[in-house]
Amino acid sequence: MTTKHWLNLGVVGLLALFVWGAGRWLDEYQVRLLNNVAVFITLAVSYNLINGVCGQLHLGPNAFITLGAYTAALLTMTPAEKAANFLITPLYWPLSQISLPFPLALLAGGLVAAGAGFLTGFPVFRVRGDYLAIVTLGFGEVVRVLANNLQGLTNGPLGLKGLYPCTNLWWSWGVAVATVALITALVNSGYGRALKAIRDDETAARAMGLNTFRHLLLAYILSAFFFGVGGGLLAHLITTISPSLFTFFLTFNLLIIIVVGGLGSTTGAVLAAAFFTLAGEWLRVVEEPLEVLGLHIPGIPGMRMVLFSLLLLLVIIYFRGGLLGRREFTWAGLTRFCSRMGRHDAS
Amino acid sequence: MMLLETRNLGHSFGGLLALENLHLQVPEGALYGLIGPNGAGKTTIFNLLSGFLKPTQGDILFHGAKITGLPPEQITLLGIARTFQNIRLFGELTVLDNVLVGCQGRGRASWWQAALRFPVYLREEREYLARSRALLEEVGLAGAADDIAGQLPYGHQRRLEITRALATRPKLLLLDEPAAGLNPQETQDLMDFLRTIHREYHLTILVIEHNLRLVMGLCQHLTVLDHGLTIAAGPPAEVRRHPRVIRAYLGK
Repeated sequence: MTTKHWLNLGVVGLLALFVWGAGRWLDEYQVRLLNNVAVFITLAVSYNLINGVCGQLHLGPNAFITLGAYTAALLTMTPAEKAANFLITPLYWPLSQISLPFPLALLAGGLVAAGAGFLTGFPVFRVRGDYLAIVTLGFGEVVRVLANNLQGLTNGPLGLKGLYPCTNLWWSWGVAVATVALITALVNSGYGRALKAIRDDETAARAMGLNTFRHLLLAYILSAFFFGVGGGLLAHLITTISPSLFTFFLTFNLLIIIVVGGLGSTTGAVLAAAFFTLAGEWLRVVEEPLEVLGLHIPGIPGMRMVLFSLLLLLVIIYFRGGLLGRREFTWAGLTRFCSRMGRHDAS
Repeated sequence: MMLLETRNLGHSFGGLLALENLHLQVPEGALYGLIGPNGAGKTTIFNLLSGFLKPTQGDILFHGAKITGLPPEQITLLGIARTFQNIRLFGELTVLDNVLVGCQGRGRASWWQAALRFPVYLREEREYLARSRALLEEVGLAGAADDIAGQLPYGHQRRLEITRALATRPKLLLLDEPAAGLNPQETQDLMDFLRTIHREYHLTILVIEHNLRLVMGLCQHLTVLDHGLTIAAGPPAEVRRHPRVIRAYLGK
């Protein structure tokens, strides 16, 4: 174990302490926010793998999140709850009888999403660029339409209600840490180097003997798996899911997060995910009636989105590569920064 | 024994016949030149040989075995590496990473072994790193190892692209206009560099070039193309006096 590993372990330890403390002393609303932050970190970091590191404009994360959410939800609900939900069309056997513990359901959600990633990967990676964006966007819509219409599987537009709120801070942050650790390790390995090479010039990468299709498919499936797990977490956090929850708007939010964070930077994805989730709540203030300097401003619903758009504009104009560009947080970088600061103080 | 042979090779883009009846015979260890005016079909030949295009007629044999229609990555792993007419580096990666990517095509460690830093992966990485550093040392780019490839001076980018191709351990190196955009001094350096790597790595080199001085000085064999047809082949001294070559280059 090198110093770097001990430092990483130390951070995980501190995080665990924080989660423990948060569960003990924070109120329900704050805990809910922290859960949201963790789930969006998981989703954004996985999205950054395919979109930022591989440079493929994948617009279908909502499809995989839907698959993960429904799979996990259908597996954790008890047969009685299922019967109570599926009033119009009964749920297909044997799903109607199965009930699994939460961790297994999460894993199943991830695996179903990864399976869908494997199947769709073949048509998706026959094309590149704008065409790839359209194919994946279409796939997201297909899944949403299926979720709306496969009554016997998803309960249609009514969705699934009354899920047990299994997602607690330990699960959400545990998954977030595992996702960040695995994806960072992969991106910093020879595989990550190959993925970045493909992003820079796929033709040259093929001329170097890299099977670019297999590399891209792997990144796509891996991100799909974590989308699925994240979807499962989200379902058991909100406890009510319906197809309208997983529209393209969700993908769009994730896209804003990774673009603002810096396409290709995992650190950026983590910071931006946390920032957007928290800012989205704090900015609720602007949608409520306000008294500013004796001036009465009536609450304008959707005002938050206007502010987000402004923020996005500013980032695009002043930070073209996102806030972090492709830089990453590293311990060595922190040491360099501190020693520079130290010299600065001394002089 | 011919290292590379094409039989009746041809390619047409829709109705446009870019290349016809090419019979190329490149002996092992040769420095072979491919010249011709613009639009003669030279780059098409390279794209066919390296698998980026599938021939519409004829066959390509490497070491006597048919490689027609194989995808580019497989052809590279068989031992044919190439460079591109307009340099295609991994512009945002470092110089060292560019060469490392060239090394790792035959890697056996799977993605999870890489992510979890299994010994099989670490052993491979150590080998790639040693090989890449040695290569950069030999071509005189060791000092720039940590620079971003896209920010190198033009001549160094050309050299790095060739180095990266060498990292795939080729037997045959295809160079697409390596002297394009170089000044006379740089061209001279490039010729010396090509002679060195030809000797040191026991390579066979097939080079497309517009710079006749470079081709005449470097190559032992030439094939001259015009409008997709082979109009002359042989040693440089013979080819340069060939009436059809003179006509193609100077007009009549």
